[in-house]
Amino acid sequence: MDRRVRLWIGFLGLLVALLGLIVWNVNAGSVHVSSGEILSILLGRGGDNDVIVRSIRLPRILAAALLGGALALSGFLLQTFFANPIAGPFILGISSGAKLVLSLTLIGFLSRGVAVGSIALILASFVGAMLSMSFVLLISSKVKRMSLLIISGVMIGYICSAVTDFVITFADDANIINLHHWSLGSFSGITWSNVGVMAAVILPALVAAFLLSKPISAYQLGEVYAQNMGVNVRAFRAALILLSSVLSAAVTAFAGPISFVGVAVPHLVRSIFKTAKPLVMIPACFLGGAVFCLLCDLIARTAFAPTELSISSVTALFGAPVVILVMLRRQKENL
Amino acid sequence: MDTWYIRTEHMDVGYDGVPLIRDIEIGVRRGEILTLIGPNGSGKSTILKSMICQLKLLAGMVVLDGRPMAAMGEGEIARKMAIVMTERLRAELMTGEDVVATGRYPYTGRLGILTKADKAIVQEAIALVHGEAFAQRPFHQISDGQRQRLLLARAVCQEPEVIVLDEPTSFLDVKHKLELLEILKGLVRERNVAVLMSLHELDLAQKISDRVVCVANNAVDRCGTPEEIFTNEYIEALYGMEKGSYNALFGSLEMARVPGEPRVFVIGGAGSGIPVYRALQRRGVPFAAGVLAENDVDYGVARALAVETVSVPAFTPVGEAAMDRVRALISTCAHVVCCLDGFGTTNEGNRILRDEAAARGKLLPLDRLSDLWTGGEAP
Repeated sequence: MDRRVRLWIGFLGLLVALLGLIVWNVNAGSVHVSSGEILSILLGRGGDNDVIVRSIRLPRILAAALLGGALALSGFLLQTFFANPIAGPFILGISSGAKLVLSLTLIGFLSRGVAVGSIALILASFVGAMLSMSFVLLISSKVKRMSLLIISGVMIGYICSAVTDFVITFADDANIINLHHWSLGSFSGITWSNVGVMAAVILPALVAAFLLSKPISAYQLGEVYAQNMGVNVRAFRAALILLSSVLSAAVTAFAGPISFVGVAVPHLVRSIFKTAKPLVMIPACFLGGAVFCLLCDLIARTAFAPTELSISSVTALFGAPVVILVMLRRQKENL
Repeated sequence: MDTWYIRTEHMDVGYDGVPLIRDIEIGVRRGEILTLIGPNGSGKSTILKSMICQLKLLAGMVVLDGRPMAAMGEGEIARKMAIVMTERLRAELMTGEDVVATGRYPYTGRLGILTKADKAIVQEAIALVHGEAFAQRPFHQISDGQRQRLLLARAVCQEPEVIVLDEPTSFLDVKHKLELLEILKGLVRERNVAVLMSLHELDLAQKISDRVVCVANNAVDRCGTPEEIFTNEYIEALYGMEKGSYNALFGSLEMARVPGEPRVFVIGGAGSGIPVYRALQRRGVPFAAGVLAENDVDYGVARALAVETVSVPAFTPVGEAAMDRVRALISTCAHVVCCLDGFGTTNEGNRILRDEAAARGKLLPLDRLSDLWTGGEAP
C-alpha cells in the first residue's frame, strides 16, 4: 500500500474510533443515556441526565483520552530513548515511583488535614517519576542488555509498590479506601478542574514532543549517527527524559499507575502505519492511546457493572499479550 | 603550508580518562585518502571515534577546516563531516531510501521534511552507489554489501567535505569490497572530499590510500605513502607476524614455510611453480625451488615457502653457479618436479637440470605430485 494512503486511512480510522468511543462512553453505564439526549445535553438544552453526563461522564472521558494519549506518547519517547521496544513508564517502574512519592505526599498532607491541589499532585508524582528514572538511567549506564534493563525496571516497580502498600497500611482509615482504589489505577472521580490541569500539562508536552520529531528521527538511528547529524545528544536526551517523566507523572497523579498502555499502543500504531517516523508516530500514538484507554475504561466500567474493574487490569489484559508478541517478533527478526 | 582539511594537534585518546595513544599528529587534505592500518586492538577505531567527537579527547585538539572542532556547533560539523561507522544503524521500518535520506538532516527545516531538491540529492546519492535496485526494500532485509553502499550514499547526501569510515569493507565479499572502494575513490576524484578511514585489508589499503598511518603498540608508529609503508619487513614487524610472511609487491600473505631438509626440488618459473609450492606447503612437504630469475613471478612465493630458493639476477640466463647449487640440492632430494613445458634461451639451464634429474630417475611427473603424500598409491 502506498505510504500516503496508509497514513490517511490510519489517521481517519483512529479519529472515527475516538469519536465512536466517546459517544459510546457517554451512552453506556448504570444509567443509559440515548444519543439524542447526549446531543441535547451537549447543546445546553438540558435533559434528565444532565448532571451525570456533564459532571461525571464527560470529564472522565476527556481524562481517559488525555491520559491515555500521554501514556502512549511517554512510552514512545522511552522506547526511543532506550532503543528498546518494550520500554514504557509502567514496565520501567517510573509510574510506580511516581505513585510512591504521591502517596507519601497525600498521606502527609491529609494527616494534617490539608487538601492537596492538582498541581501539587502532579509535582509530587513528577518527583517520584524522576527518582525512578534516575535509578533506571543509572542501571542502563551499567548494563547494555535490554532484557536486564527491563528486569531492573520491573524490580524497581515492585519495590515502590511494596513501600506504597506499607504506607497505605499505616494511613488513616478514612483515606485508605480512596488511596487503595487510586493506587490500582482508575479514571473515576475526575473533576473538570482536574481535566483543565492535565490538559495544561499534557498538551504542551505533546507539542514539545512533536517539535522534537526531527532529532528523534535522528536518534532512532543510533546515538553515534544522531551526533554526526548535528543533534546535541546530551541536551536531547535530557529533553526526552523530562518530557516522558512529565507525561507519566501527569497520568499517575490523576489516575494512578496504568500498565502496558505505553508499550502496547506505540507497537500497535507502528504496525498500523508501518513506519517509525516520529512525525507520524507522535500524533498517532497520542490518538491511539486515547482510543485504547477509552475502550479499556468502557470495559472497566460496564463489563461487571455495577462493580467497576481497575483500569490497569483491563489494560494489562489487552496490553501484556502485545508485549509478548513484540518480543517474539524481535526474536524472529534477529535470527 | 596548512592545507590539512582535518588534522589533530597533540591529541591524546583513550577511554575513561586513561590515555591509550598519546600525542597523535595526523591530517588529511581534500582529495586524499588517509588510511589507518594496524593490528586488532591497536586503537584505530579509538582514534577515529575521537576525531568525530564521539569520544572525548584527553588532550590536544582536532582542527576541522581551520577551526578547532570543540568550538564548532553540532550542525556546522554535520555539514562538513559525514561518518560510516561499524556500529549498527538501527533502521526500524525504514527502507534503504529512508536511511539515505537521513543524510539530509543538517539541511532540512524544523520538522525535518524533505524538499524536492533534497529528494533529488537523495536519488543522486543512491545512483552514485548503484543502489537503485534495492533502495526501496526494507533496510534490515538487504545484504551487508548493499547496506554498506547505502550507508555510504547516506554520508554522500550529507554533502560533506570529509568522510570518516571505520572498517567499511569488513563483512563484504571481494566484489563488494572493490566496488565500495571504487565508489570512494570516485568521490575523492570528482567531489574533492577528504577520506579518513581504517582498513583491515592490507592489500586494499596499499592500493587505495594516498597516505597510510600505522597504529601499533599504543602509538602512531609510522606515517607515509603506501610505497614507504608497505615493505615486507615493516608490515611483518607492525603486525608481529611470526608465522607466514607478507609480500609487499602483491600485497598478499603467505603461510609459514615447512622447515626441514628439502624432500623435493621444484623447477618452476613464470607462475607455473606457485600452485605446486602451495600444494607442497599445505601437505607439509619441505622443498627447495629454482632456478628462478629474481624478476620471476614465482620468486616471491618461492622465497616465502621454500626451504631454499636458488635464483639468478633479473633478466640473466641460468648460469653454472646456480646450476651447481641445484645439483647439490637435487642429490639430497628424493624427487624433482618440473613445472615447465618449454624453455626459453635464458632458461636453458633449467632444461639441462630437468634432463639430468630424469636420467637419475628422480623426475616425478606433475600429475603424480600427490604420490608424495599418498605414498604412491594413486588411483
